[in-house]
Amino acid sequence: MARIFTYIVHKSGIADDTAAELAAAARKIDAAEQPTAIVCGWGAELDQVCASLCTTYREVWKIALEPLAYPDAEAVRGVLASMVAEGSILLVPHGHFGVDLSPGLAVRLGAAYVPDVIDIEGVEGRWLKAVRQEFGGLVATHVRCDLQSGAVLNIRPGAFRAVDGAPAGGRVVERAAPAGPARARRRYLETIAAETGDVDITKERVLISIGRGIGEQENIAIAEGLAEAMGAKVSCSRPVVDAKWMDKSRQVGSSGKTVRPKVYLACGISGSFQHLAGIKGNPFLVAINKNPKAPIFRAADIGVVDDLLEFLPALAERVREERAVAGGERRRP
Amino acid sequence: MEILVCVKRVPDAAENEIELNAEGTDIERGELVYSVNEADNYAVEEALQITGRVGGSVTVVTVGEEEDEDVLRRQMAMGAAHGALICDDAFRGSDGRGIAAILKAFVETAHYDLILTGVQADDGCAQVGGMLAAMLDYPFASLVTSIEVMDQRTLKIAREIEGGSREIHAIDLPCVLSVQTGINEPRYVGMRGIRQAASLPVSRLGAPELALALSYSGKINARVVRTDYFVPPAGKGAELLRGSREEIAGKLVELLKVKGGLN
Repeated sequence: MARIFTYIVHKSGIADDTAAELAAAARKIDAAEQPTAIVCGWGAELDQVCASLCTTYREVWKIALEPLAYPDAEAVRGVLASMVAEGSILLVPHGHFGVDLSPGLAVRLGAAYVPDVIDIEGVEGRWLKAVRQEFGGLVATHVRCDLQSGAVLNIRPGAFRAVDGAPAGGRVVERAAPAGPARARRRYLETIAAETGDVDITKERVLISIGRGIGEQENIAIAEGLAEAMGAKVSCSRPVVDAKWMDKSRQVGSSGKTVRPKVYLACGISGSFQHLAGIKGNPFLVAINKNPKAPIFRAADIGVVDDLLEFLPALAERVREERAVAGGERRRP
Repeated sequence: MEILVCVKRVPDAAENEIELNAEGTDIERGELVYSVNEADNYAVEEALQITGRVGGSVTVVTVGEEEDEDVLRRQMAMGAAHGALICDDAFRGSDGRGIAAILKAFVETAHYDLILTGVQADDGCAQVGGMLAAMLDYPFASLVTSIEVMDQRTLKIAREIEGGSREIHAIDLPCVLSVQTGINEPRYVGMRGIRQAASLPVSRLGAPELALALSYSGKINARVVRTDYFVPPAGKGAELLRGSREEIAGKLVELLKVKGGLN
């Protein structure tokens, strides 16, 4: 069986949650093989990450290069292409970094590439059987991947559950990496932090979140009417921002804000994994969608199959009635 | 600037119910409405805006079937000057690497300063752009949300990273960029534009012109093969509220009260 490596994403000296998830995914490829973690970076933060990984991994490759102090996928690709032996299997988290790194890395390594893997069902001979999704999660597929020349597998964050077990008692191995070219053809300049906007949706307890199903910009008023009745705020999914109907600061998802509300009403949102990744804290999740097969119903607590343009006004009306009754009761002596 | 945009014709998920066929070998394609992949449409618009500022022309290319000519013509109606349809039995069943190899062979038939793709298509793979860049030995960036031409040789680009933050890079030309949705507002294409584009020439290429790709492309060289489709397991699954619209609204209000949904 091929050697298995995992690529560790880390920030400020702390390994990402995917570090343990990739170890779990590696076990599903070959329970007998101990995967090796690869950590690129520089300085004390790198040392800290490597040390922390020794509880999960038996072997941790530390690749210290000053240009890798910021994890630029172009630079990391060059390093990995020269250090990962042909025929190996490399697991990478399928986030913005992995999407940047892996397709080209697979080509450089002469390896097969499977993006956004959500499950691994085992290996038969030279073929690995993986599970993916298409059409934003509406359908799932089995994919066969030829391991003969090695493989790069991008693993969806959160799809594999980290395995609890005895500490691995691993060791850190310093690996010398070739310095990259003197002048890289892509040069990282800076990171511009996201703006908060007029409403900080990360602080809201109740969110009415709208997606593509809202149909037109004018219809956002319907969601705002409900939000006003409920004392909530309106957030949204990516297509609403792409259409320039709402500000980027209102977007929930991996490329938007991470929210922790008590109650989340997903209205006309299909429920892509990128959107769900932005909803934390296990809120009471209500999905309102006219398509009963929308993936959002797999994640929601309560579902309403209806046209949201009809249902939201009905719900707002019912909320107002409720308030009127409650207000009337309070006024009674 | 000469810009190539790689596009794909896909079932329009917003216009269709995506369902499996009886055998589970594919989605039911009989009644589907197809259109250009949404992210590719943003890529074409971005290319047109760039050539509008600095000059040059835009070429759109697709690897697919005869009927994919429709999406090329639609992108030409937006303003792309040239269209190329790559279609050959020998290329059917290619995996992402195979498609990238075909596009590499195509790129090498001409000169392009910049190659754009959409960030991902219906299969969510987001792979061909990065593979193409590696095969051409060009620099690459994914999830691009802005492109600024600095000089003849350099672009300044933003990539979308977590939390809505943006990573800024300088990148040398020629390069490959995969463009994120929302980077611009794609122009409207009217019936008149579609009619005008109907008479423009679309070049056709196949295995004879792109023979270099043959050792990577086609079913025979695919290392990654989709074997079936299935309905994803329901997980915990939502409890569906039933009844009339008013009854459901009433039930939901009661639940929201309990769960702290009425502030």
